[in-house]
Amino acid sequence: MSPARRNRRTYRRTWGGTLRRLPWWLAAAALAIGCLLWIYPFLWMIAASLKTSAEVFTKGLDLLPGNPQWENYERAWADAQFGKYLLNTVIVTVSTVVIVVVRCAMAGYVLARHEFRGRRVVMGVLVATLFVPAGYTIIPVVDLSQRLGLLNSQTGMILAMSGAANVAAILLYVGYFRGIPKELTESALIDGAGFATVFFRIMLPLAKPVTATVTVLTFLSTWNAFFLPLVFTFSRPDLRTVSVGMLAFVGENTTDWSGMAAAATISMLPVVALFIVLQRYFVEGIAGAVKS
Amino acid sequence: MTLALRSAPTSAGPRRPRRPRGAARNTTFIWLFLTPTVLLYGAFTVYPIISSYVYSLTDWNGFDTDRSFIGMANYREVLADPMFWSSFRLTLTFMVFAVPLQVLATLLLAILLNSPRMPLRKLFRTALFLPVVTTTAIIGVVMQFVFDPASGPVNLALREAGLVMDGIDFLGQSSTALGTTIAVYVWKWFGITLIYWLAALQTVPNEVYEAARLDGAGGLATLRHITVPLLKPFLVIITLLSIEASLQVFDLVLTMTGGGPFYSTEVIEVYIYRWAFAATIPRLGYASAAAVLFGLFIGLVGLLQLLAFRATRRTRGAA
Repeated sequence: MSPARRNRRTYRRTWGGTLRRLPWWLAAAALAIGCLLWIYPFLWMIAASLKTSAEVFTKGLDLLPGNPQWENYERAWADAQFGKYLLNTVIVTVSTVVIVVVRCAMAGYVLARHEFRGRRVVMGVLVATLFVPAGYTIIPVVDLSQRLGLLNSQTGMILAMSGAANVAAILLYVGYFRGIPKELTESALIDGAGFATVFFRIMLPLAKPVTATVTVLTFLSTWNAFFLPLVFTFSRPDLRTVSVGMLAFVGENTTDWSGMAAAATISMLPVVALFIVLQRYFVEGIAGAVKS
Repeated sequence: MTLALRSAPTSAGPRRPRRPRGAARNTTFIWLFLTPTVLLYGAFTVYPIISSYVYSLTDWNGFDTDRSFIGMANYREVLADPMFWSSFRLTLTFMVFAVPLQVLATLLLAILLNSPRMPLRKLFRTALFLPVVTTTAIIGVVMQFVFDPASGPVNLALREAGLVMDGIDFLGQSSTALGTTIAVYVWKWFGITLIYWLAALQTVPNEVYEAARLDGAGGLATLRHITVPLLKPFLVIITLLSIEASLQVFDLVLTMTGGGPFYSTEVIEVYIYRWAFAATIPRLGYASAAAVLFGLFIGLVGLLQLLAFRATRRTRGAA
């Protein structure tokens, strides 16, 4: 391997090498332009959030505002209540992710490593409902929540989202736990560890890659959730998440482009920042979904 | 009799009395561990699926407590409604255009970005993934402005480039609204499929490529004879995931076009929403019938995919 690499390095300094790499640099240049266009909507949005309303209309393509209008953010944060919506979204997302990870890990563990009566039934029901998108069950979900007194409440929204189809997550855990050798738990059992100890001390820490995948995918789907928060907050505007708040905002202020852009920036910035900091985990987590 | 037979091989005499107790305790724990899933999943997924069948046989507006049983009348009405078929067709059109575009374009880019000779590939990956982490409903709203016929940046750019005289009302006319929505959808979720492919490519061991190079295989030959065949099983999984995702576009469509103009982007979910929540007199039974019909269709698609998945697995096992 090393002689080959050294070979290539000397090769690179010659003209032939440069010529050989030229297609790659051309591809990179094309991709760079493509990527700039790709993220242009975000750049436009951030620029618009700092412009006056008049500037958004007259200088739509200029990315630099004349004089940054920070009061757009004040308007979106306080008047349009996006500060509150953001907090709501964080509460709902974090709670849902925690519940989903814990319940899917527990169910996956039991289904993977224990024989019990009813196991096949549980697995059968899970697989049968693998392909049920959320939108098609929304009517009974709303009806049931109403009868349980959970409609129009944050708890109801969290419970309904945690109960939505997460079959894939359970199956990922099942697959992973199945692959863990028996000896690992047997020695712990001989040492007198109980059922719960084995799970929380040994199995769950071992399943970190799956937990990363489930966390990232649940985080994305909950942060993105729209249908459920929409119908759960029809009569409780104070419980809106950012997605629902956004629709309400443009419904009420059709001409306030800069306010809209500021509200959108407020809603998106935390996740984008989180993504850039934790990029490796995002990528590995999503990759885990197809690898196993 | 059978009991005795079964316990015979254990032959661990002294441990016998303790075993059933341990097993019973285990059973308690097993069901304790399953309780959250049984309760939440049962209440918010299984029960709704079953009860939407029941609702679909009733006439119910959601306000009154009484629902009158009307048999298959809702189904007859749904099947006779041209709007239902139109949204059915739109949902399929969405899938047929979005999925291949997404799956194939990301594959090509992933092959490019997977090569160690590609400069700046990490940066490109980050940029292409960025839309995935943003909120769909907000993207939908922002895109309304981006595609605005008068002052939106897309039309401003087109006009400045001299390509059009007047702005194109991308989302306001039936002929372009669906195409624009599909384009935004692909843009939004492109990054996730790209990561799937990059993960798939990483499973091809480097030694295989080394061996191919030593055998004198060029870049294209390697691609055709090594990369593509090894990726086949992933193609099935990734297509499956993309199809499933493309059936859930409610948030994007509702915030970008609201199903309009003239119902030209009213996919099934929006159709159900309109009858169940946005109508002056909600018709939950009718909407449920539409949901059940489409649910059956999705189940069928899922089943076909599962069969395809099994088939590719078998061929891989045979090879």
